[in-house]
Amino acid sequence: MQLHFATVFVFLALAVGFAVIAMVISWALRPKKPGTVKESPYECGEQPEGSPWIRFNVRFYLIALFFIVFDVEVVFLLPWAVVFKEMLAVLGSFAFWEMVIFIAILLVGLAYVWGKGDLAWVKGLPPRDEEDLEALSWYESGRFSTDRRSVHTSAKPEGV
Amino acid sequence: MSRRALDRVQERFGGQILETNDYLGDESITVAAGDLPQVLEFLRDDPQCDFKLLLDVVGVDYPDRPQRFDVVYNLRSLDQGQRIRVKTRVAEGEAVPTASGLWHNANWHEREVYDLFGVEFSGHPDLRRILCHHEFEGHALRKDYPIEKGQMCYTVEKLLPEEAVLPGRETRHEGHWNAEGGWEGAPGVALADEIHSDYLPVNIGPSHPATHGALRIEALLDGETIVRSEAEIGYLHRCFEKEAEDHTWHQIIPYTDRLNYVSALTNNVGYVLAVEKMLQLEVPERTRAIRVIVSEMGRIMDHLVCTGTNLVDIGALTNYWYTWNAREYLYDVVERLCGERLTTSYTRIGGLYRDLYEGFEDDLRGALKKVEQGVQDMMALVQRNRILMDRTVGVGVISAEEAVRWGYTGPCLRASGVAYDVRKAMPYSGYENYDFDIPVGENGDAYDRIMVRIEEIYQSISIIRQALDTLPGGPVQADDRRVVFPPKDEVYNSIEGMMNHFKLVFEGIRVPKGEGYGFIEAANGELGFYAVSDGSGRPYRVKVRPPCFPIFASFTTLIQGSMVPDAIAILGGLNIVAGELDR
Amino acid sequence: MAEIAWALGKILFMLVFVFTVLVVMIWGERKGSAFIQDRIGPNRASIGGVIRLGGLVHPVADVLKLLFKEDLVPGAVNRFFYTMAPFVVMVIALVTFAVLPFGDAIYLGDKVIPLRIADLDVGILYLLAITSLSVYGIVLAGWASNNKYTFLGGIRSTAQMISYEINMGLAVLALLLVYGSTRVDAMVVEQGQLLFGFLPRWGVFLQPLGFVLFLTSVFAETNRTPFDLAEGESELVSGYNIEYSSMKFALFFMAEYASMIVAAGFISSLYFGGWQVPWLDTITLREHAGTFLGVSLWVGAVFNLLFAALLWKRYRRERGLLGDRRELEPLVLGIVFFILALVCLGAVVIASPWNLGEQGAAHFATVVQVLSFILKTLFFSWLFIWVRWTLPRFRYDQLMKLGWQLMLPLGLLNFFVTAAVVLLAR
Repeated sequence: MQLHFATVFVFLALAVGFAVIAMVISWALRPKKPGTVKESPYECGEQPEGSPWIRFNVRFYLIALFFIVFDVEVVFLLPWAVVFKEMLAVLGSFAFWEMVIFIAILLVGLAYVWGKGDLAWVKGLPPRDEEDLEALSWYESGRFSTDRRSVHTSAKPEGV
Repeated sequence: MSRRALDRVQERFGGQILETNDYLGDESITVAAGDLPQVLEFLRDDPQCDFKLLLDVVGVDYPDRPQRFDVVYNLRSLDQGQRIRVKTRVAEGEAVPTASGLWHNANWHEREVYDLFGVEFSGHPDLRRILCHHEFEGHALRKDYPIEKGQMCYTVEKLLPEEAVLPGRETRHEGHWNAEGGWEGAPGVALADEIHSDYLPVNIGPSHPATHGALRIEALLDGETIVRSEAEIGYLHRCFEKEAEDHTWHQIIPYTDRLNYVSALTNNVGYVLAVEKMLQLEVPERTRAIRVIVSEMGRIMDHLVCTGTNLVDIGALTNYWYTWNAREYLYDVVERLCGERLTTSYTRIGGLYRDLYEGFEDDLRGALKKVEQGVQDMMALVQRNRILMDRTVGVGVISAEEAVRWGYTGPCLRASGVAYDVRKAMPYSGYENYDFDIPVGENGDAYDRIMVRIEEIYQSISIIRQALDTLPGGPVQADDRRVVFPPKDEVYNSIEGMMNHFKLVFEGIRVPKGEGYGFIEAANGELGFYAVSDGSGRPYRVKVRPPCFPIFASFTTLIQGSMVPDAIAILGGLNIVAGELDR
Repeated sequence: MAEIAWALGKILFMLVFVFTVLVVMIWGERKGSAFIQDRIGPNRASIGGVIRLGGLVHPVADVLKLLFKEDLVPGAVNRFFYTMAPFVVMVIALVTFAVLPFGDAIYLGDKVIPLRIADLDVGILYLLAITSLSVYGIVLAGWASNNKYTFLGGIRSTAQMISYEINMGLAVLALLLVYGSTRVDAMVVEQGQLLFGFLPRWGVFLQPLGFVLFLTSVFAETNRTPFDLAEGESELVSGYNIEYSSMKFALFFMAEYASMIVAAGFISSLYFGGWQVPWLDTITLREHAGTFLGVSLWVGAVFNLLFAALLWKRYRRERGLLGDRRELEPLVLGIVFFILALVCLGAVVIASPWNLGEQGAAHFATVVQVLSFILKTLFFSWLFIWVRWTLPRFRYDQLMKLGWQLMLPLGLLNFFVTAAVVLLAR
């Protein structure tokens, strides 16, 4: 067993070695002529304004939190799934139902998060489902529906 | 054309109307600058006038006059089918009351007049330069600005005001942060809204894969949502209009190729129609039919490009090739016809560069079959593709009223449900003889804009086929020696022919004094050429009405609150061609 | 000692396999997209002006070009993380291959050498663990580059990968229920049997929904269209790797394809029987090894001759048309094919493969199975390319919605149903 993990590390070392060698060869061969323009970060040809290192929108971190929750769930289920067949022999259907309860608890959590709208990446836009469905039915029927309000770009210009 | 609008406005304003005329059928009134807002508002709102669409705002400079500048508003009524031109005269330093409260697109048009002429507009919300660089000195289209004088400008303009870039704690939420770092204000807001995050100002363009040309949008992002954005154009500005004043009427034709370089043929036709209108010149039937054919070819190519690139913006890369391959077949025909692919310069005032070549009809019919095939292939991939529909249906919606208010024309307007097409509304060059439909969308979203364009391709193909079926014979040049070159043997063999040729080449065509507005349905919308002639061989002023200029003016409003990918998908569907936008 | 030599040998085989398939994939991406898009595609790079191989030389030329390119590092980057990112991505993509069984085993007398690099008990867990590491490379690249587009690309990619990792985990969980083992090789062995007597007992037939979920997640994990939002050319220009050039960019580029190959390998191993040849288990293969070998040599000879003849005809037809050495290519390739045909014929005639002996039969079976694995992997690699040039791209919120609001419930449902079926079938 140890030998097998050792092979993984050998493999890792070889992979790193490959990347390093590639970089070294390239370093030895390539020209090096730095300049201020070359060093400026790309922003479509304009000078960047402000730093990209900002406090980013918090949705992203929320998604990361949900990920932790559900990934831990997967981790808990893993050993259970591996020995499920043996457990059935010993415990009978109890082995199944305890998992069902576990998942049900998680599903409640998912439903809560979902209902709260925190799964939607962009908050502040109206939920798109109904309009989408309407629009799709409009399209699939092959004719124009009668009225469909604009979905999310209905910002009215000012001063009118 | 009826004088209804003229009578109506005279009846209402009487003595305030300084001057009226309907030279060449273009109704025109002149009012004092102070009266302009109420006249314009009356024209817009009066049910019998109903000039809902502001086509263009034009400046003209007469340095010898005490009231030096003409500012011309070109209006169009969608329901009543009439046009009117409202003029006002102002002296240097005098201000014209803005019309940007009446029409959204007046904002940008007036900025252009301000930029190029230095005419001030009082009450304008955002009177900045638009086409020229913000450090540019002088006003390029004034007659006393020397055409040779170039200026080097370097600095980048910051489009978003400083305070907008700062995080908007107070402004965005009902509440504020106290000194201890706690939240005071409306309770119960979601966690995400309580935690303050920064806005990220990002430049999209000028060198960005999705801008298809050079334009710049500075967007303020909250996450990926565009909170606010400002657009900057003018990267391709080469002052076509100034160049036009320095060339004879004929020499301008190659410049029109470079306006909307995607459908140069259509531009050629639009320009010569405007000049022929001022010359009151009739061209032979065959020429009219050929012009219809080539402008429809231009339209097809433009729509193919627009749809293909729009789909690329959405990430469907393969469709691009299906459309561009189809376009390539058309370009082969164009190349054989004009000797050029992109810069065609095919039309001449009073005719065409030359007649169709032998075998043109077969080539074109073959190419059209290929185009149909290409469009069908593309549609099979995307028409009901769920991802594409998710990306486009309900995205970038603009209602019919808003679209008209923004000065939309062409496919974008029709996608919003307004069946306005110059070819039907005021047929030119014989469009009344062909049977075709105007495709109209219902929702005015990005999806409709794609589908309207696709349907227009089929309609254009049908028009071309009809035109080919009924193509009359005969010459392609008008028989008018004021305009058209004499045949070569006359030039070489007779002194009259040679003199005629010489005068036409060196002095140019003499267009009668006056002004005219010629307009066609270009691929993007109504392409207008407003020309003023002083009777010499060169135009006194040529103003292009680029269809995508007002459309792009609405862009920042259209994308507000949407995500960056939506903004890109919308931009592609509006078909902004920078050559035409910036001129 | 021999153990270590074998381990090294397998690692080397894997590396060679990955880089060969990588070159083929890059070629396939270009030529395949050209085929889909009705154009010719790359065909200019050549060896000595003669050998072009229909554009197959281009990836090599690319590597050479990138080796010689100047490495532009923008100012104000975080140098350590900036340099580390491509290494992380590349190394992670390679190391994932460790648990991928690319064949059954080599049988040398009593000695059995399993054809996978590391014989880990945790197997599939290793896959989950390692692939989730690759997000570090991308987020580091995006963040360290001091560029807003890379930053957005990194953010997108991170959120996307962690979201779809759960779905991948759930799909794998259901597989674990079916196979009762975390070892990938055990799963592959189980897929060698037949279902209802006629269908290979492949994962895709046992877990159809799980397969769809896994496939979708894998597309998202490898950042491929329709989930290529981290790169989203028309939006984020090129996403997290904008500021990378030269070999650093090449590492990203290769890592993208390497991770696609590993994904294709896992798809075929988990759901399509891996190295198993459908309907032919190891025993049958060994019993009829001689027949199979003989027949395949004959077929090989015929096809090689056919190719040689076609190339010769082409050479005759095109001679003088191009006016340079390129027109020698059909001749050279034709000779190669002719020699191959001769080798096949010679093998049939001289070596008399009809009776291989027990040892030879075992080796033959192993080779066939390795070939089967390679073919399946190539097919799924092609699937990645195919999908990329067919579908548009999602928008970000739609991607998250798909992941969290459709696939997560479906994954749980699939898991639940699988468990219930296992319970009932007890």
